[in-house]
Amino acid sequence: MSDIKTIEKEALAAIAGAADLDALDAVRVAELGKKGRVSGLMGALGKMTPEERKENGPKLNALKVTVDEAVRARKAALEGEALEAQLATEKVDLTLPPAPGPRAGTLHPVMQVFEEIAAIFGDMGFTVAEGPDIEDDWHNFTALNFPEGHPARETHDTFFLDAPEGGLPKVLRTHTSPVQIRTMMSEKPPIRILVPGRVYRNDWDATHTPMFHQVEGLVIEEGIHMGHLKGCLIDFVKAFFEVDNVVSRFRPHFFPFTEPSAEMDVQCLREGGTVEVGKGTDWLEVLGCGMVHPNVLRNCGLDPATHQGFAFGMGVDRLAMLKYGMPDLRPYFEADPQWTRHYGFAPWTTPSVSGGLS
Amino acid sequence: MKFTLSWLTDHLATKAGLDEILALMLKAGLEVEEVIDPAAKLAPFTVCKVIEAVPHPDADKLRVCQVETVDGMKQIVCGAPNARAGMTAIYAPLGAYIPGLEFALDKKPRAIRGVESQGMMCSTKELEAGEDHDGIADLDDSIPIGTPAAKALGLTDPMIDFEVTPNRPDWLGVEGIARDLAAAGAGRFIRTDPKKIAGSFDCPVEIKLEAPEACPMFAGALVRGVTNGPSPDWMQARLKAVGIQPKSLLVDVTNYISLDQARPLHVYDAAKLRSTIVARRGKAGETLDALDGKTYKVTPDMCVIADASGVIGLGGVMGGASTAVSAETVDVFIESAWFDPLTTARTGRATGIHSDARYRFERGVDPQSCVDGLNMALALILENGGGTASKANVAGAIDARINKVTFYPADVERLTGLVVKLPEMRRILKDLEFDIEDAGDAWYLLPPSHRFDMEQSADIVEEIARLIGYDSLPVTSLPEPAGGRRAITTPIQERVRVSRRVLAARGFLEAVTWSFMAKDDAALFAKHDPALAVANPVASELNYMRPSIIGNLAAAAQKAANHGEPGARLFEVGPIYLGDGPKDQRTVAAGIVRPAPQRHWQGKPQGYDSFAAKADLFAILEALGQPGDRFQVGVPTQPHWHPGQAACLKLGPKVTVGHFGAVHPGVLKALGVDGPMFGFELNLNALPQMKVKSTKTKPVLQRADLTPIRRDFAFLVDDAVPAADLVKHATGADKQLIVSADVFDIYQGTGVPEGKKSVAFEVTIQPREKMTDEDIQSLMDKVVASVATGAGGVLRG
Repeated sequence: MSDIKTIEKEALAAIAGAADLDALDAVRVAELGKKGRVSGLMGALGKMTPEERKENGPKLNALKVTVDEAVRARKAALEGEALEAQLATEKVDLTLPPAPGPRAGTLHPVMQVFEEIAAIFGDMGFTVAEGPDIEDDWHNFTALNFPEGHPARETHDTFFLDAPEGGLPKVLRTHTSPVQIRTMMSEKPPIRILVPGRVYRNDWDATHTPMFHQVEGLVIEEGIHMGHLKGCLIDFVKAFFEVDNVVSRFRPHFFPFTEPSAEMDVQCLREGGTVEVGKGTDWLEVLGCGMVHPNVLRNCGLDPATHQGFAFGMGVDRLAMLKYGMPDLRPYFEADPQWTRHYGFAPWTTPSVSGGLS
Repeated sequence: MKFTLSWLTDHLATKAGLDEILALMLKAGLEVEEVIDPAAKLAPFTVCKVIEAVPHPDADKLRVCQVETVDGMKQIVCGAPNARAGMTAIYAPLGAYIPGLEFALDKKPRAIRGVESQGMMCSTKELEAGEDHDGIADLDDSIPIGTPAAKALGLTDPMIDFEVTPNRPDWLGVEGIARDLAAAGAGRFIRTDPKKIAGSFDCPVEIKLEAPEACPMFAGALVRGVTNGPSPDWMQARLKAVGIQPKSLLVDVTNYISLDQARPLHVYDAAKLRSTIVARRGKAGETLDALDGKTYKVTPDMCVIADASGVIGLGGVMGGASTAVSAETVDVFIESAWFDPLTTARTGRATGIHSDARYRFERGVDPQSCVDGLNMALALILENGGGTASKANVAGAIDARINKVTFYPADVERLTGLVVKLPEMRRILKDLEFDIEDAGDAWYLLPPSHRFDMEQSADIVEEIARLIGYDSLPVTSLPEPAGGRRAITTPIQERVRVSRRVLAARGFLEAVTWSFMAKDDAALFAKHDPALAVANPVASELNYMRPSIIGNLAAAAQKAANHGEPGARLFEVGPIYLGDGPKDQRTVAAGIVRPAPQRHWQGKPQGYDSFAAKADLFAILEALGQPGDRFQVGVPTQPHWHPGQAACLKLGPKVTVGHFGAVHPGVLKALGVDGPMFGFELNLNALPQMKVKSTKTKPVLQRADLTPIRRDFAFLVDDAVPAADLVKHATGADKQLIVSADVFDIYQGTGVPEGKKSVAFEVTIQPREKMTDEDIQSLMDKVVASVATGAGGVLRG
């Protein structure tokens, strides 16, 4: 069967010479198809003697396998070439912009700082409470030991709503402290609350806005004294400013609703219109605080001989300015997209003590 | 309150310097606001002697001086006409900051017209220490070289300004400041000993108190033959140092005693008084031409001083022009009275007068000072203006305080954590002039007459704690909360937190806008409620509590567009007010977009519209765990939404949780902003609280093993039928098997009769077990029947 060698040679040449898939298929049919040359030789095996079959069978089988593999290999090569040719025609300019979607949004720094403060005090076991912006005189002043006509009332620049016929005018709360009263009157001690909220004073200049934000804290628990107040607030400023070496001091002050009362300052460096906490030798007032005044406890039905605790209040807008370097308070309330993008926070930032505040 | 250090030392024997005094003020609670220390400003400058002064070789007006200074001999080129050899002057070394010129000298010598100058000699004006600018300061030759300029110029007295808290009117006098500083450890308090002026004749001016509740005590005396010239230099210097312009002896004496003793006085020209002086209530119709040149209406709320001519003063607030002292005054009547704080405050508020007298009386003046203050004034007037004094005429009296404060020394540690020894407590209270009756566990204390803020034990605790110093307080971290830890935030706050993040993630910028808006604008959003009008707005456009956030956001979006950001997406999560009660406030998440036309190379992009607003609103609901299919879309119930292109979102027939869609074009026009704008409002309080499950464990996953089956339908319905009705009835055909029906086409036109529309949707079936073709067909039939009966839909062939 010298044919076999010749056939193999011819078939392989034809396969290699097939220019496209159709030509290759024609070769495949001519050799391996039902009526193909190789198939014909295989069919002839049945007419051979057992000895001839024994000799030619393996050779023919080998020929079939060789041709079949060559066809497959050539087919893969031709398909690859065809794909490459097709892809070469499918090029797009990916420097073009995608369809427009909204730009990333941001969170307002004041709202973010509210959450930072809540995270820190939450870690100290405080829970958040809230109260209404429109208050009555009793909750905003009288119950907090601002007697009628007290000069401290005048320092609050209170907004009043139109009084109903024959009634007292409601006020816009001048501080978040009325929530102390509402909480002490509705809940039994122990109390450990944090009150964020909007507050209002009739004052509008470079450093005051008629609406601003405060956070109030109240702790009424057995054995709580001014040392706890100091410890709690020192822990707070360290966590808030994210600086370990914050130096702070407490000085006596006057608030009608605390006795003894104090203001807390932190040491800072003032330079070129910016303030840096944890450096320098200047002092910056950050909050007011004190032991809850016995009259306030009595006004809420608590006996000052058996109940005691502390309260504090701080201006959130100013704390946000200090921490994040906003130079001016006024743009806070202007909803200016440029300002909001620049000073705002990414939507996925959630302040936590464990994950870092900012 | 301003005072100078030297003034303080009238009442305080101390070795403390300025810095120590400032530290002690801080410790005692006197919050220093400003310190002007002339010595600090003048620190670089010292006295020098000019040894030689020769003309500059190249400049006619300059002299080259050899000057002996604290730094040795210096050559200084000087342009002053009075520079001469032998002169004693003030030397500024190189690098010194010259306050009056607002610049610093170069640190290296500078050549002036070719001659090196190694410093400067200054005028008092250049040092901000005087007005002489004709030449350099020409000092007394006896002053040695190297003397600090501040000392040579007599400017060594620092001025301190501090905040007086409303509880401490005694700090409105230098003597009161000294008392506290002595108690804080600054030195020894020197009490003013008011000399009693005997008086050589009875006071001819009679005093009648007709309103003892407003003016219970009035001491007066007359000085005859006084010369009301300038007050003595020392008094003028002190007044000027604290910012008060000296006027005349009589006026300056009252100002001085007010500042020194916190004791306001008033002086009348006795020649202008008409008969008896009466302290009484004002009468309607009366007026006063006051010392400030203005005329004030008098009311019965006020306490006035009157004579036969009518009202001549507002008690404790301001005197009248008709009886004012002048340079011609010969006989002066001095008033030292006590006015009720509340009455004084009311009069002050009603008139708008902010006088030093009002400031003190409304906070409380030491009743003891009525007679003492009168005597001090008489002494100063007699000494500096001559004349003879009458005996004092004292009408009325103020009852001595009898209520004692019970102080429990144990409260100091209980409330502050400070451990203070009893003798130290006693020392502090003695220094503050309390009378102490020690009864062991309780001390009965009689506060001094100048303190009005001592009522109970906690008040005394503060006195002791502040004078020990808050620096000594322990620092104790809070213990773990009793009863364990709970969730930090309330459900509403959690909704606020989540909705803010959803909106920011969807491209919205967070705004915080006023809780106020203009009353007229507010009427576009809700019926006017007089209870929400601000009586004293800070600006007329902020005179109402907002019933909606949309107005403020629309204005902000317009402003952003004007500034080049036409498509800004803005949101706010904040309060709205439905009334003035404590439960009338709602927390709302609102957003607005003023869509800007956009172009893109692939074709016109879909702009922000009512459906985009709907998507944003439902994204919040989904994030809040509120299943969107619970809510129904209905016609808007608020007036600021487009009636056809906006909707309300309801939970059952009664509860409206929000709105979305196009803002009403008429409202936008009235707000003065360009439309269209689209937005949404979600009332976070109106959403139901999702059930808290008893366990955090989630139920076992029920995997759907069978492939979902999808079938398309198209129905003809009346144009007015909402697509949601078809969807509702299609899914309602079998709520177990049909998981959704999604509208993919709405068609009107050829083949669809007038007044009808074709709605096509894809129904998705999730089989629970193998379904045969017959099963599926029968389900399809149910869908067709349900849509037909429920929504009047006819299946298109």
